Amino acid sequence: MTARLVPPARDPIGPGATRSIEISLDGVPITGVAGQSIAGVVLASGRLAWRRTSVDGRPRGLFCGIGVCFDCIVMVNGERDVRACQRRAADGDVVVSQHDALPEATA
Amino acid sequence: MTSDVVIVGAGIVGAACARALVMAGVDVTVVERSAAASGTSAKGEGNLLVSDKGPGPELELAQYAASLWPELAAELTAELGPGFPSIEYERKGGVVVATTGAGARPLLDFAASQRHAGVDARPLTNDDALRLEPELSPAITAAVHYPEDAQVQPVIATEALLASARTRGARIRIGETVTGPLLGDGGRITGVRTTAGELAAGAVLVAAGPWSGEVSAALGAPLPVRPRRGNVLVTTRMPHRVFHKVYDGDYFGATQSSDAALQTSGVVESTAAGTVLIGSSREQVGFDDRLSVATLREIAAKALRLFPFLAGASVMRSYLGFRPYMPDHLPVIGADHRVPGLWHATGHEGAGIGLSLATARMITAQLLGSPHPIDAARFSPSRASLAPHLTEVAS
Repeated sequence: MTARLVPPARDPIGPGATRSIEISLDGVPITGVAGQSIAGVVLASGRLAWRRTSVDGRPRGLFCGIGVCFDCIVMVNGERDVRACQRRAADGDVVVSQHDALPEATA
Repeated sequence: MTSDVVIVGAGIVGAACARALVMAGVDVTVVERSAAASGTSAKGEGNLLVSDKGPGPELELAQYAASLWPELAAELTAELGPGFPSIEYERKGGVVVATTGAGARPLLDFAASQRHAGVDARPLTNDDALRLEPELSPAITAAVHYPEDAQVQPVIATEALLASARTRGARIRIGETVTGPLLGDGGRITGVRTTAGELAAGAVLVAAGPWSGEVSAALGAPLPVRPRRGNVLVTTRMPHRVFHKVYDGDYFGATQSSDAALQTSGVVESTAAGTVLIGSSREQVGFDDRLSVATLREIAAKALRLFPFLAGASVMRSYLGFRPYMPDHLPVIGADHRVPGLWHATGHEGAGIGLSLATARMITAQLLGSPHPIDAARFSPSRASLAPHLTEVAS
């Protein structure tokens, strides 16, 4: 899979004038377009995975894209478990990827 | 083509029986109308419990099963290789608590009776309980730790058992429904008629879970297996804050009740993925699979008595399924006394995942006439406690 951002001028939706925003993911700045979801901004930057599973550490990113599967959760401005596909990106958002390791069995 | 045994149903019981039989040199065909693990096997929590069983035949079967799971998990890993997902066998242990003053003594007495039957049941002080489960409500009135309770991922376990059976020669026929018996001399069943033709067999084993009532009736020997609906709530992923299977002691009362009306009991555990599963409910409403908000509300409220932090958790989805309920609360494992050649492995209610391996060993030993450690008469379809119910379904 590859992600791509349609240039606003060629977007059939005709978004009109657009405004750039900048968020950070794990400290790396990413530029997006106002109105995009956090997942949209991150995907368009070329990054497809931003979480790892607890058991095998497998990569996870956008799966359903409509808020149902909770695969894409990230920490946004200190709030954890935010669905990246549902949260509209705001200029200056600090996004941090999540990984919850398995606990040690206590018996 | 003739099989030694045709198994009806590719849930975990049918899958476990298929593997045990082919390993004993028996030629097996499994017929499944839908898909493997598409019914009850996929709708529970994958529990392998001894904690919810009082002294008696079912506990003996559960203890026997508990002794078989670790070895099976290792065997399947070795056989199927790293490309096959793990069955996620985990001996996570159970913590059973009482949440009322009146509930404390019965729970501790029950645990004492289980200890006499060889169960590792350790009473906990509240401090000890909170050490095992730091988020547990400090308002609990008693707690018992059951280190032997375990869990598997039941769909993967079913698929792994089937894959193992297939590599040893078992045939699995998916999307084919059994419609009636083939009958020979003396009313002996000699196979089954299906939507795809006829399958001749030396014996026919019904392992159709809650649908075993209709399958056994279609084969001429109806069993009083009825669906008992259960619901589970699934939270979104979170850091692991629940470490054992934790449930309210009144769960045992609900499992043993014959009441058809709704009963709920708090049962909480986390999965490897980080979600928390919240149950449980029991009600007899046929195969009605409509969502019941009232049931989910009651389950959620009871879970909060165990883990108050769940008040802030988001629920991602819920699911429901049907347990194969028996009116005398024991599974049916053995030869039918009415139709020669017909066998049953069903009616495990909510314990079928755990009991599947023990059931498979018993069926295999009985079919081959070899010894095994469990007294089979108590699970026979001809047992006295089942007789009045057999008369009822036959009329």
